Amino acid sequence: MRDNLILRVIAKALIPVILLYAFYVQFHGDFSPGGGFQAGVIFSTAILLYALVFGMDKAADVLSDRVLIALASGGVLLYAGVGVASLLLGGNYLDYNVLADDPVAGQHIGIILIELGVGMTVASTMLLIFFTFARRMVIR
Amino acid sequence: MMTFVAGHISYWLIICLMMVGLYTLMSCSNLLKKIAGLSVFQTGAILFYVSLGKVEGGTIPIVAEGYSIYSNPLPQVLMLTAIVVGVATTALGFALIVRIREAYSSIEEDEITTMDHKDD
Amino acid sequence: MALTIDIFLLLFLIATAIGILRTRHLFAMAMMFGLYSLLVASLFLLMDAPDVAFTEAAVGTGIATVLMLATLAATRRSSEKPRQRFSPSALIITLSTTALLFYGTLDLPNFGDPQAPLHTEMAGRFIEQGQQDTGVPNLVTAVLASYRGFDTLGEVTVVFTAGVGVLLLLKRRRKPVVRGKSHAR
Repeated sequence: MRDNLILRVIAKALIPVILLYAFYVQFHGDFSPGGGFQAGVIFSTAILLYALVFGMDKAADVLSDRVLIALASGGVLLYAGVGVASLLLGGNYLDYNVLADDPVAGQHIGIILIELGVGMTVASTMLLIFFTFARRMVIR
Repeated sequence: MMTFVAGHISYWLIICLMMVGLYTLMSCSNLLKKIAGLSVFQTGAILFYVSLGKVEGGTIPIVAEGYSIYSNPLPQVLMLTAIVVGVATTALGFALIVRIREAYSSIEEDEITTMDHKDD
Repeated sequence: MALTIDIFLLLFLIATAIGILRTRHLFAMAMMFGLYSLLVASLFLLMDAPDVAFTEAAVGTGIATVLMLATLAATRRSSEKPRQRFSPSALIITLSTTALLFYGTLDLPNFGDPQAPLHTEMAGRFIEQGQQDTGVPNLVTAVLASYRGFDTLGEVTVVFTAGVGVLLLLKRRRKPVVRGKSHAR
């Protein structure tokens, strides 16, 4: 598949657009359809396309397993950490109102942070699963 | 009577869809097809939940000027997370299939059962 | 009009699902599964759920299909044709479950009925107060991240755990052991 010129040119043009779109979906999810789950899946689709067209090794150079595991657990920790932060600031667990002086601003901060955590975990878990499967495929 | 049928036919079709998935799950001996049947069943259940949240004449649940009727956001939220969790657990199923293939060199349920009985 | 499109899409969906059931080629099954997800995503869009449609389109047609193909490539045998057998007990169970579920729908409110209890109890609070409470116009995000934040934390943990499970199952590269030849493992 690596010799297919058309596939390579199209993929090169598409991948940055997909990545940019993933970030748009991630950070504009408050106002339009979207959010961490969707952005994470779209982000991983872009990397997946790259791995399929240019080979697993090059993709693994960019995002090694170590980095992916760190990102996956970091996302869950970020999410739970926001909850702990609101506990320490005197609110209930995951009650974002106390994160800033103004409750609505606090809600905004909390929602953006936990959506980021969701996006990180979903994107890196999907990639981790795909890379693990793809390695089994190559060995055979 | 007509309004009752028109109001319920989408539920019935979704149930038929789920049942095709259930039958695939139970009757196929290929493990990969079993997982596909399970996914069809799961998507049918998700579709059913989302269809309950639809409000006639409503619009998508994003608050905007000039709209007052919105569809119910709650089933959508629950099903959105269910889809992502569903694919993650399906991947776990696939991983188990790959391991079963390595241990038994087959992914047909009946062949695996015969092999297990030979062992005893 | 919308109902007609709904019914047509659902009929297409059932046809695709029967295709998945009956096909003997696993590769064709994976492709049909992608098509199935695309149809489901368009149905979600018709049911006013763009967020869910979005997720289904990316997950079903993207990740799930690729994973199925990867599993196919990792388990392929030279002449593998899944056997289709007719199973009377499975058919009986399926038909009786269908009958029970049909009976259950008789009490349900009509599709899209604004007076359904689901829309009169909780949803009003989310729709009227959601934007003042959270400052987020997208109510799906508001409920997902704020009102039901604890729930979503659980879901994210499940995704993470599934990833860890796949890693534990497939990380070690071991020679395949043929069952029956090596008892002492």
